[in-house]
Amino acid sequence: MQLSTKHLLGIKDLTASDISLILSTATRFKEVLQRSVKKVPSLRDVTIVNLFYENSTRTRISFELAEKRLGADTINFSASASSIKKGETLLDTVNNILSMKVDMVVMRHSASGAPHFLAKHIPAAIINAGDGINEHPTQALLDALSIQEKTGSLEGKKVVLIGDIMHSRVALSNIYLLHKMGAEVMVAGPPTLIPKYIEEALHVKVEYNIKKALAWCDVANVLRIQLERQNQVLFSSLREYNLAYGISKKLLDGLQKEIVIMHPGPINRGVEIDSDVADGNQSIILQQVENGVAVRMAALYLLAGNRSNG
Amino acid sequence: MKTILDKQQLHLAILRLAHQFLENNHSLHDVVFIGIQPRGVLVGTKLMDCIRQLCPGENIQYGILDITFYRDDVRDELHVANTTEIPFSIEDKNVILIDDVLYTGRTIRAALDAIQDFGRPKKVELCVLVDRRFNRELPIQPDYCGKAIDTVISQKVKVEWDKEAVVLY
Repeated sequence: MQLSTKHLLGIKDLTASDISLILSTATRFKEVLQRSVKKVPSLRDVTIVNLFYENSTRTRISFELAEKRLGADTINFSASASSIKKGETLLDTVNNILSMKVDMVVMRHSASGAPHFLAKHIPAAIINAGDGINEHPTQALLDALSIQEKTGSLEGKKVVLIGDIMHSRVALSNIYLLHKMGAEVMVAGPPTLIPKYIEEALHVKVEYNIKKALAWCDVANVLRIQLERQNQVLFSSLREYNLAYGISKKLLDGLQKEIVIMHPGPINRGVEIDSDVADGNQSIILQQVENGVAVRMAALYLLAGNRSNG
Repeated sequence: MKTILDKQQLHLAILRLAHQFLENNHSLHDVVFIGIQPRGVLVGTKLMDCIRQLCPGENIQYGILDITFYRDDVRDELHVANTTEIPFSIEDKNVILIDDVLYTGRTIRAALDAIQDFGRPKKVELCVLVDRRFNRELPIQPDYCGKAIDTVISQKVKVEWDKEAVVLY
């Protein structure tokens, strides 16, 4: 039993059985994380570099913890404190790091496709920790694990992704994953934040009315409004966005059923989601973060195991 | 194909092992049993049934342990992990590890590593249904053994629970 791929570049490249294998392995690691010694020695012969060309709190800490819990040696690299400032290219930087005998690369980059480019040119296994507006595979996997834990399975579940679909790598990875695992997907938000041909291209439902979207779904994954990625004004003000698309307690109380609320973080409280919803009992936001470590341990473990076959 | 233990012999071997546990331990209070995933758990379940019949009312602590993440061959072959469930403390207890066939000893080596992560037992013992005496690759021997056999590397020993027999191929 092994993954069909040598790298984890995106959910797009995974099969349904790859996803199931990662999720089932992650549940085993969740148990490990409950022990008094929260470590296993599986990756003690592996050295991993965390290359973060873009800021991150959750993902970077989560990957680093996952690596340490697996016994791997880790090096952290952030673009702001490195020779990139002196003009070194991505490939040169990575090749220099690899010449110091590094086996795996976890990479976040603001350019879509950066990890795919690296995968073509270097021998190490690469895990994409978010590339531009393309994919964020481990986020989709931890979202899937969280939905599975809360509702039993992904098959036939109705999931709505709300907000900034246009600039969201979390949305794209989630759409691929949910479809592969047999869930139904809808995207909701203002027309300016939803790509024009997404319905035809990715076979998702599109809804511009937040009330209708919530009434349809079992799970609502509320995405962050990515102010730093917007070069133009796509809605008039944060307050107006909150009034039209923000998830409020009142909105949830008006539904005939209890839906699950998710958010990949960081939260803009009072913009896409109100505090009483984010901290409420329908929210599984902190479980998502907890599952992040287990999912990343699973991905690292399964990819490291594949090395000799590469 | 050769039958090493038939249905009745298998039953007797398990009964004998259960008696040996009771003989060596004055009280089961300080004893915890741990079956090793996946096949040691099947032996463990049978042994626990037996012990429960021999000492009704006694609280028997039985856990299951998966050693996948502790294997020394993870780079050669990827194994799918199973459930681990040890819902009690093993600190200062007499731990009896249970597996079906002892061969190279590598599984038990991994299990000893894994057990350490749950606490510091007073003592660890090993119980196997079948001991393949030759081809050991580590200095590990059983404390309780259902049947010791001599085999060569090309042979395979299988415990077939549906037929309730131990067979040599």
